[in-house]
Amino acid sequence: MEKFIRKEGLVAPLDRANVDTDAIIPKQFLKSIKRTGFGPNLFDEWRYLDRGEPDADNAKRPLNKDFVLNRQRFVGATVLLARENFGCGSSREHAPWALLQFGIQTIIAPSFADIFYNNSLKNGLLLIKLDPQIVDQLFRETDANPGYRLAVDLEQQTLTTPSGESFHFDIDPHRKHCMLNGLDDIGLTLAHADEIRAFEAKHKTAQPWLF
Amino acid sequence: MTGRTLYDKLWQSHLVREEADGTAMIYIDRHLVHEVTSPQAYEGLKLAGRKVWRPDSVVATADHNTPTRNWDKGLDGITDLVSRLQVETLDKNIKEFKAKVYFPFLDKRQGIVHVIGPENGATLPGMTVVCGDSHTSTHGAFAALAFGIGTSEVEHVLATQCMVMKKSKAMQIVVDGELGPGVTAKDVALAIIGTIGTAGGTGHAVEFAGSTIRGLSMEGRMTLCNMAIEAGARAGMVAVDDKTIDYCKGRMFAPTGAMWDEAVAYWRTLTSDTDAKFDKVVTLRGEDIVPQVTWGTSPEMVARVDGKVPDPAQESNPVKREGYARALKYMDLKPGTPIRDIQLDKVFIGSCTNSRIEDLRAAAAVAKGRKVAANIRLAMVVPGSGQVKAQAEQEGLDRIFTAAGFEWREPGCSMCLGMNEDQLSPGERCASTSNRNFEGRQGAGGRTHLVSPAMAAAAAVTGHFVDVRELN
Ligand code: SF4
Repeated sequence: MEKFIRKEGLVAPLDRANVDTDAIIPKQFLKSIKRTGFGPNLFDEWRYLDRGEPDADNAKRPLNKDFVLNRQRFVGATVLLARENFGCGSSREHAPWALLQFGIQTIIAPSFADIFYNNSLKNGLLLIKLDPQIVDQLFRETDANPGYRLAVDLEQQTLTTPSGESFHFDIDPHRKHCMLNGLDDIGLTLAHADEIRAFEAKHKTAQPWLF
Repeated sequence: MTGRTLYDKLWQSHLVREEADGTAMIYIDRHLVHEVTSPQAYEGLKLAGRKVWRPDSVVATADHNTPTRNWDKGLDGITDLVSRLQVETLDKNIKEFKAKVYFPFLDKRQGIVHVIGPENGATLPGMTVVCGDSHTSTHGAFAALAFGIGTSEVEHVLATQCMVMKKSKAMQIVVDGELGPGVTAKDVALAIIGTIGTAGGTGHAVEFAGSTIRGLSMEGRMTLCNMAIEAGARAGMVAVDDKTIDYCKGRMFAPTGAMWDEAVAYWRTLTSDTDAKFDKVVTLRGEDIVPQVTWGTSPEMVARVDGKVPDPAQESNPVKREGYARALKYMDLKPGTPIRDIQLDKVFIGSCTNSRIEDLRAAAAVAKGRKVAANIRLAMVVPGSGQVKAQAEQEGLDRIFTAAGFEWREPGCSMCLGMNEDQLSPGERCASTSNRNFEGRQGAGGRTHLVSPAMAAAAAVTGHFVDVRELN
């Protein structure tokens, strides 16, 4: 995955709670056996007025002009502002793939669903959890200021507004390390292959019926 | 030493190593694989030149994309070529990377991944179980530690047999008391979610306990643990008791002979110690629970069958109020509408939540001697697996359903998520025994109401929601 150190970008507000993974990328796009090509179908049912199909030419489809990501002022947004429990629902990793491939690099919300959280960080999509009051404030500022941008510094764990106000966010140190360095988890785990083998042998003696 | 929770025991018995910051490597015993979340994982392995660490831990099946009709046509029965490629890709990957067992499309043991694991004894107490599917929490009914994972994690487990994760907090949900007649595990699950909300369990591993839970069959416990994810919990579990052990006995991959006795002795220890501490405890009274019906687009938007669609104006939290209003608009419902006045177009009985033999028996008991109402365009029953289907047919349930006007289909996920052709059309309203009522879940523009199998059958024969207890 790509390294994530410092990024800054335009903010788009998605003002609804419990945005689920079916909404992020509807099921018909999960039939793909590839990892790419999901960006045009991000939030498909909200972004377009017709029903999307995996083989459709998305450029020719009617857009829902009211949907936030279609509004002129938010074109090119890389930071998504969201509400509680973002990413709830299925374990489909197609959800973070679609967000990243659309161009979203950071999502800010009061809370995220667990599986979506892990899937996102593993793919280099940074999820920032902030107090609901701060998220509220960011919604208000985004609304009031066209061209509103936020700067994210993963190393310092800070989020900075155009006025210079800065908020600290928490992130698991292991995940942070992997994101900062663009590290492949599997390689890191396999560095402990001997320990896994030793555990496996012991486990097999204790519970032979599992093998 | 203070007592340990069941979660502590399962965690510690699979801990390979732990960093100072709590990041742990957890050994995985069982890896369930299906066609939708695995192709990119196998591709990743191939690209990196890696092998599967323990092919013998893998149990695979094709379930999400497979059709529920026209099995006589073989693979040609999958008319959507993109779906077909995904099913064929799984065939190829299992051939190349191997598995303990594979139940491919058309196999007589094929079925929904969370149904076939337990019914073949591929899920056993004390295991760690993962699958690229959020409803893996189902397997926790066996006092197993079971998580849904994403595709990168599928690849990670294939390559390393381990998950890298931090321990969650422990939550206990205690339900005590006897359930009334016609009240099922599904109603308990929905009542819990209605109480704690869809994010109520976030960051927690949940253990379900109390006399109500002990009173549930293994099927019922699977239904409950299945929906733990809908309460935000990554894992749900129930301690071992006689029912757990009786269920496992004689299953295809269960141990036998002396090893069985040894296993049972160990499994008996898989309960929370009486002095174990939980980070959070929630209590409900079983006798207060009545049949539940969801009215919105999130499982927490749920009401009693004798209740009404709520009025968003009464909700003080602005984010919730807006969510309710949006849900009512999508569902085309007016505040204050009695739940029983909601008329339906379709009925779906199936999914990993409610497609086991006991679910089909409960639905058949209601359907028996009755007819699907005239306003119902389609009422379908989709058994969870080939084995469930065979057993139901042996018991004559299929004939009860078809005589009443239900369609009796081949096993699979079907209209739970509508990746095959079983879908709702825009605007159609469905009583469904599945687990998610999200916008578009069962088909773009479709409207889903989650209920138990008995309630779904009752809705089918009356054409609207009705308290199943009044039908008899
Ligand atoms: S039945 Fe539904 S919830 Fe269960 S595994 Fe299949 S698609 Fe997922």
